[in-house]
Amino acid sequence: MDKTEKWINWITHFTEVIIEHKDDLNGLDSAIGDGDHGSNMDRGVKAVKEKIDGADYDELTDLFKDIGMRLVSKVGGASGPLYGSAFISMAKAAKESQEPAVLLEAGLEGVVKRGKADPGEKTMVDVWHPVVNSVKEGSLTQSVIDDALESTKEMKATKGRASYLGERSIGHIDPGAQSSAYLFTTLLEAGVLDD
Amino acid sequence: MTKSTGILLVSHVKEVAEGLTRLLDQVAGDVTIKTAGGSEDGGIGTSFDLIAETLESFEEKTIFCFFDLGSAQMNLEMAIETSDKDVQLMKTAFIEGAYTGASLLQAEVDPDEISRQLKKLVIKD
Repeated sequence: MDKTEKWINWITHFTEVIIEHKDDLNGLDSAIGDGDHGSNMDRGVKAVKEKIDGADYDELTDLFKDIGMRLVSKVGGASGPLYGSAFISMAKAAKESQEPAVLLEAGLEGVVKRGKADPGEKTMVDVWHPVVNSVKEGSLTQSVIDDALESTKEMKATKGRASYLGERSIGHIDPGAQSSAYLFTTLLEAGVLDD
Repeated sequence: MTKSTGILLVSHVKEVAEGLTRLLDQVAGDVTIKTAGGSEDGGIGTSFDLIAETLESFEEKTIFCFFDLGSAQMNLEMAIETSDKDVQLMKTAFIEGAYTGASLLQAEVDPDEISRQLKKLVIKD
C-alpha cells in the first residue's frame, strides 16, 4: 500500500462519520456551547474532501498541510484553529517521520499550543492526550477512546465556550471530545496503526 | 494613515466590530481602525482568512488587535504567526481596551506606554 493511502482512507472515513453525526455534534454543543460544532465540522470536512478527492499525494506532509489549511479556513468556530493546528503540526513532523505515534504526538502539541488547555478541562485534549499516550505504547483500543470520551462528562469546563457555564457544564459530554473520538475511532478502523 | 499604529477589531459578529468602530471614531478620528467580524459567510464566528487579509491591508507597521471570545484569539494568533507586521494581541476587555487604546493612540502616547496602561484591563489569559 502506498504510504499516504491509509492516511487518506482515514480522513475520508472521518469525513463520512462527521457528516453522518453532524446533528449529534450540534446537539452536544447546544447543551454547553453555541450549538454549531456539528455544522462547523461538517463544513470543514467537506472542504477537506473537495481538496483531497482525486488529488495525488506523494508526501504525507503535503496531505496534512492541505487538510490543516482547509480546516483553519473553513470550520469557523474554535475547532478550525484547533484541528487546523493539529494537522499543520503533523505536517511539520511528517517531514522527519512517518510513525503514527510521532505524528499524532505532534498533532496533540499543535492543539495544546493553540488552545492552551490541560487535561481535565473538558476539551478535546481529554481525548487526544490519553489516545496519543496509548498509541505511543502500542495499546490503543476502542475502549481507550470510549473511556476518554466518557470521562469528559463529569468534568467541569474551565476552557472554551462551556467554561462560561461553570458547574452547569457538568453532566454533558464535550462536543470537541466527541469529534476527536470520531477522529481516533476512524483512525483505528482505517488501519493506520496496523503494521 | 496619519498615525504609526493602527487598530484591528475582531468579533464573532460583524455588526459588533463595526459598532465598536463607530464608538472609537468619536475619540480617535486619525487612527486607522479596521474590522474582521463574523465568519466567512457572514454568520457568527471568526474567519482566519478574513483576519489575515485585514491584517495585511494595514499601511501601518504596528497594529493593536482587540477581540471578543475564544476562537477570535486563536485565529488571530495564527494570523499573527504568518504576518510580518508588528502585531500586539491585547487581551483586555474588548470595548474598554479598544477605547483606551484608540484614545491614547490619538493623543500620540508611545505604544509601549499604551501597552502598559492597557495591562490593568486584561481579563483574558
